[in-house]
Amino acid sequence: MPFIPHTDQEIAQMLETIGVDAIDDLFDEIPSHLRAGVLDAIPQGMNEMEISRLMRQRAEQNKSVICFLGAGAYQHHIPAAVWEITTRGEFYSAYTPYQAEASQGTLQLTYEYQSMMTALTAMDVSNASMYDGASSLAEAILMAVRANRKSKSRKILMPTTVNPVYRKTAHTIVKGQQIELVDVPYDKATGTVALEQIKLHGEGDITAVVIQQPNFFGCLEDVDAITDWAHENNILVIAVINPLTVAVLNPPGEWGGINEGSESNQVANNKGADIACGDGQPLGAPMSAGGPYYGLLCCKQAYVRQMPGRIVGRTVDLDDKEGFVLTLQAREQHIRRSKATSNICTNQGLVVTASTIYMAIQGAQGLENTAAACYANNNQLVEKLTAIDGVDKVFNSAHFHETVLQLNIPADVALSGLMDKGILGGYNLSQDYPELDYPELKNAILVCTTEMRSDEDIDTYVTAMQEVLNSSDVSVASLAETA
Amino acid sequence: MLIFEHSSQGRKGAPQSPKEKASIVAIPEALLRKDRAALPEVSELQAVRHYTRLSQKNFSIDTEFYPLGSCTMKYNPRACNTLAMLPGFLNAHPLTPDAQNQGFLACMHDLQDMLCEATGMAVFSLAPMAGAQGEFAGVAMIDAYHKSRGDHERKEILVPDAAHGTNPATAVMCGFSVKEITTLDNGDVDIDALKAAVGPQTAGLMLTNPSTLGVFERNIEAIAKVVHEAGGLLYYDGANLNAILGKIRPGDMGFDVIHSNLHKTFSTPHGGGGPGSGAVGVAERLKPFLPLPVVGKTGDEYCYLTAQDCPQSIGRLSAFMGNPGVLLRAYIYMRFLGREGMVRVAEFATLNANYMMAEAKRRGFTLAIDNRRASHEFIITLKNEAREHHVSAMDFAKRLLDLGYHAPTTYFPLLVPECLLIEPTESEAKEALDGFMDALEQIKHEAETNPDILHAAPQTLPVKRLDEVRAAKQLDLSYKA
Amino acid sequence: MSEVPSELKYTESHEWLRAEDDGLVTVGISDHAQALLGDLVFVELPEAGTEFVTGDECCVVESVKAASDVYMPISGEIVAVNEALADEPEIINSSPYDNGWLFKVRPSANEMADLMDADAYQAEIDE
Repeated sequence: MPFIPHTDQEIAQMLETIGVDAIDDLFDEIPSHLRAGVLDAIPQGMNEMEISRLMRQRAEQNKSVICFLGAGAYQHHIPAAVWEITTRGEFYSAYTPYQAEASQGTLQLTYEYQSMMTALTAMDVSNASMYDGASSLAEAILMAVRANRKSKSRKILMPTTVNPVYRKTAHTIVKGQQIELVDVPYDKATGTVALEQIKLHGEGDITAVVIQQPNFFGCLEDVDAITDWAHENNILVIAVINPLTVAVLNPPGEWGGINEGSESNQVANNKGADIACGDGQPLGAPMSAGGPYYGLLCCKQAYVRQMPGRIVGRTVDLDDKEGFVLTLQAREQHIRRSKATSNICTNQGLVVTASTIYMAIQGAQGLENTAAACYANNNQLVEKLTAIDGVDKVFNSAHFHETVLQLNIPADVALSGLMDKGILGGYNLSQDYPELDYPELKNAILVCTTEMRSDEDIDTYVTAMQEVLNSSDVSVASLAETA
Repeated sequence: MLIFEHSSQGRKGAPQSPKEKASIVAIPEALLRKDRAALPEVSELQAVRHYTRLSQKNFSIDTEFYPLGSCTMKYNPRACNTLAMLPGFLNAHPLTPDAQNQGFLACMHDLQDMLCEATGMAVFSLAPMAGAQGEFAGVAMIDAYHKSRGDHERKEILVPDAAHGTNPATAVMCGFSVKEITTLDNGDVDIDALKAAVGPQTAGLMLTNPSTLGVFERNIEAIAKVVHEAGGLLYYDGANLNAILGKIRPGDMGFDVIHSNLHKTFSTPHGGGGPGSGAVGVAERLKPFLPLPVVGKTGDEYCYLTAQDCPQSIGRLSAFMGNPGVLLRAYIYMRFLGREGMVRVAEFATLNANYMMAEAKRRGFTLAIDNRRASHEFIITLKNEAREHHVSAMDFAKRLLDLGYHAPTTYFPLLVPECLLIEPTESEAKEALDGFMDALEQIKHEAETNPDILHAAPQTLPVKRLDEVRAAKQLDLSYKA
Repeated sequence: MSEVPSELKYTESHEWLRAEDDGLVTVGISDHAQALLGDLVFVELPEAGTEFVTGDECCVVESVKAASDVYMPISGEIVAVNEALADEPEIINSSPYDNGWLFKVRPSANEMADLMDADAYQAEIDE
């Protein structure tokens, strides 16, 4: 019997101790007419050899491709040591560290994670993780509504440059609580959200503004100006970040706070985003068809009691020896029940374990080099692709490691042509940005490079794109004629 | 010692990242980072040694018996990990076109079907990333269902007072108010209180069966009838599904929506706090509202269903597809078990719990609920020991750690004073159960003769009892150089 | 046995009230309540100037194992809060009726008579 160790003799002894004749007697409180029959639709059990064969076949069905697709999940190199250590049984098969003395490994590691994440983001406090980037944005919004006591509107400004699936997820999770997410359109030349647009939508009482940096298009937002404007107007700033890019980009804890031209000291004293969230996947989690990843969530010290999820603190034991515990638990559902900051219980601990080891091995220099290589590769790719007739850059602002390109054929035709050549060529933007509202994104794709794309990969992509456009020219031209 | 304290400025150990930093040419200075992040600078060996040593400070299933009630700490088969981490799965971008992702989607589609069969529900979505998110999805579907029928008055969710804290927290997140229903001394829901509580304001009842008190709710049919006749729906919290797998199905008990903690019943690892999975299953009438994505099948082709296919869906709960790596591990585990293995899970989990309960009684412990069958878990109350010897459930728990056993769940459910909620799971052998009961008996004896041993425990772990008041008052949540 | 001073008024949710000579009412949590909560680690006080009606959640006291709302026992405006609690919430544990007061209210109605006296409260917590 798989994973059940009992011998017949033991079963007999145990039944005797209990005082019943058969195991089935233990279920005699269940109404007999409700009892389940044989679970026919579930196949019979397999042994490890058979399952291995099945799973290898299934895994091989998933074709190996060269990945130029990002849009929220990124293929980075993960040092071999990271998952070797992470999947040690002592990390892998432990529970949430409720018995602190027997969980110092997980607790100290989580404290180290919080330390690394606050160092990276320049924020005051990090929790122990949320589920993923999208759900951490939803929780950040709920948190902002609790934290901004000066605002009663429950209105959140949400630029359309924020990842569309993040916006959808946030909507699903916050809609039960009468929170309004107000779309703010982006500037069609820059692909960023202009402060003027934010001001236009931000009249009256606003609770918080969300800014993604780099934004979904890979473009860099004017985070300083938006942060200072928000703070002048008692609006909280929620940063959505890619934690790898802040090795190079100004981290959310340093946004704004620029004295020049500001009307009050409030701005200078109030530097930085109030809450930062995002997906931790780029720091050591494989793409793995969508997860598990983890959501990072950081905030200013003043809002720590509004933070959802677990937080680890350093303290001492009876002998004054350093040790670690879950702290501020009175915020959480198992104590506060219906008044908890969130219903979250299980988080993404094991992925955080991997991420912590990843950051330790990489160090700040390693992360910088990795981020810079992503950036440089993207420049190289974009330069070579836009040299092709029929490929143009859409936005004129600075970008990081993703770029929006306009093609002269429909994006889905181009992407499927590239896929035939073994290239995952990018993200089709027209699905999330309907052409009527955003004509500049007709036929547009979002391309991504990480440090893993070699010069050769890039040249392979460029050649393939050329071939796809050439072969499509004929069909598109003939389509145009018949039309 | 923290990893930061192993750090030496200028140590560059990383053969993993690009050797040189490429120059950043076209980004305005103001948008760039000024000071390098204060991450540790250590060699790979230092990091490997540090984290290996940290791991050794944990109790885990792989190293200790871990009878944590309500958490189902069963063996996590190694093959599930190895096979879920095959390169074909790990390197798949979540937005890979379905045609190139058939192997993964086939596993997910099979998993949905197997979960339907195991629970008696019509359809499943694998989207929720943990039990609490499954609950959220379930309650949001109940809300969407009522609203789709023009019924906007159902603003209240009923929750037994024995329920997990996530239940009321979830209901509030979904915009409902919560009314608690009392539990009788025999562990069953107080059906008179339930009858008095339901009405046109009732959206639904959230129930765990077997309950958190470790007994099967015998009046489940009557409860379902009361709630359904009032126009409410019945939500099944799958935290304790391990107790009844293959024996009785939530769908057959009358539940309209359930979540299953795959990290409990289907043996995916807890990972020191996650990731989990809270897959949700529903009866036919709630099908239109399932959270996205769901995996569908047309002919021989598997595909993700989108918002176009499911216009009434409550929407997305995550950026992509829940926690696929967890889902794969659950799938592999279920294929190991097969239909015959499923039912054995419940049988042996229940055998182990009832055996331990009988042993506990024989050894003089007070059971929270006597003269009933245990489910896959049971509760000892130490209120007598607390009164007579001034030792608490916490003291027992800490002393167990000294003796090499992870403690059971303490102080939950809240209804039972000084309680230990003990769940052995099916994967533990009789000698582990006996060893644990011997330890518990020894501690009981120590409590009677020398309670200071308990008060001073643990003595053999990396730290002694930690100052939680100081941790909460003098917050130290991150290292500052 | 917890202390229940006879000159104070009480609520079922364990707040105490003292009518001061200047017409203000001082509010805190009872000895019984602080003992149930255990070592307090944080108090979230209302802002002076805020007006509440009876039954509003106006303040949170937090220990390691619990967080508890303090309900406004009478309607009125908060005129002062006990700032010392921000740094030393444990004062509530050591001196619930004196130095551990939470806030002072200027009542907007005469509701003191509706509250429990010490004997009634003692009976309540003995149950």
